[in-house]
Amino acid sequence: MDKISIIIDGKKVSVPPDTTILEAARKTQINIPTLCYHPDQNVKGNCRVCIVEIAGANGFAAACCTTVKEGMEIKTNTIRIREARQMVLNLILANHNSQCLSCKRNGNCELQTLSQELNIEEEFLDKVVDLLPIDQSNFSIVRDQTKCIKCGRCIEVCNDVQGVGAIYNVNRSCDMKIAPAYEKGLSEVPCVYCGQCINVCPVGAIYEKEDTKEVWRALEDPNKHVVVQIAPAVRVVLGEEFGMETGSIVTGKIVSFLKRIGFDKVFDTNFTADLTIIEEGNELLHRIKSGGKLPMLTSCSPGWIRYIEFFYPELLQHLSTCKSPQQMFGALVKSYYAEKMGLKPEDIVVVSIMPCTAKKTEAKREEMHLNDYYDVDIVITTRELAKMVRESRIQLRELEEEDFDVPLGLSTGAAAVFGATGGVMEAALRTVYEVVTGDELDKIDFKNLRGIAGFKEATIPVGDLDVNVAVANGLKNAKILLDLIKEGKANYHFIEIMCCPGGCIGGGGQPIPATNSIKEKRIEAIYQVDLQSELRKSHQNPAIKELYEEFLIEPLGEKSHKLLHTHYIDRSKNNKDKRD
Amino acid sequence: MKSFVSKLCGKIMPLSLKEYREHGGFLGLEKALFYMSPQEVIDEIKESRLRGRGGASFPTGVKWQLVAAEGDEEKYVVCNADEGEPGTFKDKALLEGCPFQVIEGLMISAYAVGAYKGYIYIRGEYPNSIDLFKKAINILKKEGYLGENILGQNFSFDIEVRSGAGAYVCGEETALIESIEGNSGSSRFKPPYPPNCGLWGKPTLVNNVETLANIPLIISQGAEEFLKLGTKGSKGTKLISVSGNVVNKGVFEVEFGISLREIIYDICGGLEGNKKLKFIQVGGSSGACLPELLLDLELDFDEFKKHNIGIGSGAILVVDDSCCILDFMRVTTEFFKHESCGKCTTCREGNRHIIKAIDRMIYGSGTERDMQIIKDIATIMRDSSLCGLGQAAPIPVLSLLKHFKDEFQEHINGYCSTGVCNFKGEGKSHG
Repeated sequence: MDKISIIIDGKKVSVPPDTTILEAARKTQINIPTLCYHPDQNVKGNCRVCIVEIAGANGFAAACCTTVKEGMEIKTNTIRIREARQMVLNLILANHNSQCLSCKRNGNCELQTLSQELNIEEEFLDKVVDLLPIDQSNFSIVRDQTKCIKCGRCIEVCNDVQGVGAIYNVNRSCDMKIAPAYEKGLSEVPCVYCGQCINVCPVGAIYEKEDTKEVWRALEDPNKHVVVQIAPAVRVVLGEEFGMETGSIVTGKIVSFLKRIGFDKVFDTNFTADLTIIEEGNELLHRIKSGGKLPMLTSCSPGWIRYIEFFYPELLQHLSTCKSPQQMFGALVKSYYAEKMGLKPEDIVVVSIMPCTAKKTEAKREEMHLNDYYDVDIVITTRELAKMVRESRIQLRELEEEDFDVPLGLSTGAAAVFGATGGVMEAALRTVYEVVTGDELDKIDFKNLRGIAGFKEATIPVGDLDVNVAVANGLKNAKILLDLIKEGKANYHFIEIMCCPGGCIGGGGQPIPATNSIKEKRIEAIYQVDLQSELRKSHQNPAIKELYEEFLIEPLGEKSHKLLHTHYIDRSKNNKDKRD
Repeated sequence: MKSFVSKLCGKIMPLSLKEYREHGGFLGLEKALFYMSPQEVIDEIKESRLRGRGGASFPTGVKWQLVAAEGDEEKYVVCNADEGEPGTFKDKALLEGCPFQVIEGLMISAYAVGAYKGYIYIRGEYPNSIDLFKKAINILKKEGYLGENILGQNFSFDIEVRSGAGAYVCGEETALIESIEGNSGSSRFKPPYPPNCGLWGKPTLVNNVETLANIPLIISQGAEEFLKLGTKGSKGTKLISVSGNVVNKGVFEVEFGISLREIIYDICGGLEGNKKLKFIQVGGSSGACLPELLLDLELDFDEFKKHNIGIGSGAILVVDDSCCILDFMRVTTEFFKHESCGKCTTCREGNRHIIKAIDRMIYGSGTERDMQIIKDIATIMRDSSLCGLGQAAPIPVLSLLKHFKDEFQEHINGYCSTGVCNFKGEGKSHG
């Protein structure tokens, strides 16, 4: 295609047709300011911060949604344009609760940065912030509308990426706000608590419910034995919070930090990820042999579980009954580990560090406890871990690396890849193949199941059987598969579904920003952890073998049933009631 | 006064197909279907130099050509009958006076651009019009004017009536399209423009009621006849809705070229109680406010453009000297504050800050700074808003600031010469 020549601030540039002014300007080293624009989302044109002057036009044009035309002369840096942008920003600031110092996003806020970059010297308009209550109705997500700048990113991710539609814009004009229908609390609508809205929010209008204080309190309680587990996707991401390169692996530093602040034991969710593979793999084989419900769906992603409970309760039988690795871990600590250490379960506090906001609610599910105590007591996200690091004043970057404690800290590379989309499937195949055939798997890298694509599938010969598998991430992609299952057209044995785009490395509790290009680097790091592992198949994990020998006896056995498996709830009714 | 596009209004029974036909109804459609190719129809409209009557005055033939040039199999024509501009009620006269004429215009447009489906989007506050159109469409279906192979020709067309819940923004064509699609009415950014990508993502022609009502006449009588009416740059006639402090209020058809003074003093009989004129607002609430000295301006798109004003929908609000400029501005801005869809920053946030500044002025605590705030916000709204609503909302504000600066100054000094504002604050030197 012929290129189009335009002039930006006196500099000639040739770009393909359909290029926006924003993109064209970036080619001339000019970064036009944006606010509602997000690289992974549709162009919205809402905020009007990216306005530029075009010769011959009366008003300004929004650079994000105006495509270039041959001969266009664009000015991005005149007094008129700078003052206009300041005016637009002032209009936004007047309706924004600017209590930056106590804001969750202080230091990592796009509005704050923009105010600085556009040289806002005075907020000269009257403050018109509506005093609206903060929605703290649930265990995962808090919404503070006084901070909302109505960019619409959260609406897009909730409706178009996740297909959940828990929030939308209500009312119009200056009464317009983003909220659940009838301005109910998030707990009253079918929100899955994935937290993807948090990851795209440019300001502090949506954030995780913070539980760090509970952790600090537990650590200083002399009567408590406090153990911690870290999810696979935390170790490749936390470094971003401390200026390290995206994809830095900081496992040893996290372990070292957690020991320094007083955890009695620092364990690894990867241990129970390996265990999940053994239980879930056996469940799959059992279903195949005994004519059980197929395709079997993975069950480790709690946002996904809520989604199917809300929207496809008729397919709950397809879900694996395995608890998620987080919950298996908690259940084992309060049984196997407690017995081993001679501790009372009620004296143990289990803390999880997760990439996920839905995990906070998962830990509070009614069926997730034994006797009177929950499997997992406190869940914090990667972002909250970063806060604890800062509060402690310990310099994470300078810490020596340390190893996890045994036995619940031992794991294989198969567990590590749980953190990326396709990982659970890959780990399961590595084990299922060898369990079924008795042969060693030569090529253990299932590369066609990797990567950020929303949907992947493969057929793997396992003995006499060709096992058809599919992998989806992002709930809208999950929906496509669920509809296929409903229509009887899903010719798969096993399907892995991750709620968040990219898998757990893109979880709602991860450092912000989390664009696709950042997620790709995080995924690379996940497979790096796998490659660096001594053992790369779950069934080779010696601690898991020992666990079965000493305690569980056999996969899918009586103890497993009691501790490691669960059941699901039809929430569609609740969903309807609350919506009507 | 002229009688062209509205000549059948009030003369025939609106739902009598027989009477409509006896007065030349459907001659335009028949001529188009039997004797003209779609391109010839477009050429005829282009030749007539008809410009859109909804407010933007875009050349109608050019717009049709854009839609016709799109290769898509599926195209739509839409009649914008969401007459929501305050002070505008001229489309209602056509909708309820001669629905068949509007439908005929829509049908000819569909034939010309290659559409098989049309929508008439009538504002919810016109229940009578909605009812009439539903009935008119049923009659035409029965008589073979709508449906498959109309008049035995290779042209099939169907029309659906849609209506909004009363949002002003739905008169903006992209918001109107959103509303037809079942979404809440908020504007899309342009480009893409509806002729390329409109309803359901397909090429879509959106025309105003009055524009469409002109079509059958142009086609049946020929562009040449139409060109005899009006001025060099503005052909034909215009329906105007006159309201306010004027003796004769109502809808009038006038030929382009008539002066505003003639409209107000000759046609409408001057101001009520022989009061002094303060200003007229042309084009509805989003139109410019013109002081007496601009009254000799001729109704002509190009003449108006020279003064940077638009004819808009053809509404004229006449205001006498008992009106306080700030009070008027507040009412107007309050309207736009209510009607903004809330999508873009400037339109969503701008109006309420203008109102706050006005309030300070009318309650006696206003300063020069408030005047500057009003001007700055109105300017950013005009220059940076996403759609026509936000761009036009500040037009009255800016025109009032330009022509009545003294009255703002007066309020800053703590005085309202019309006696409308009652200074509750710390009025400075009262009087």
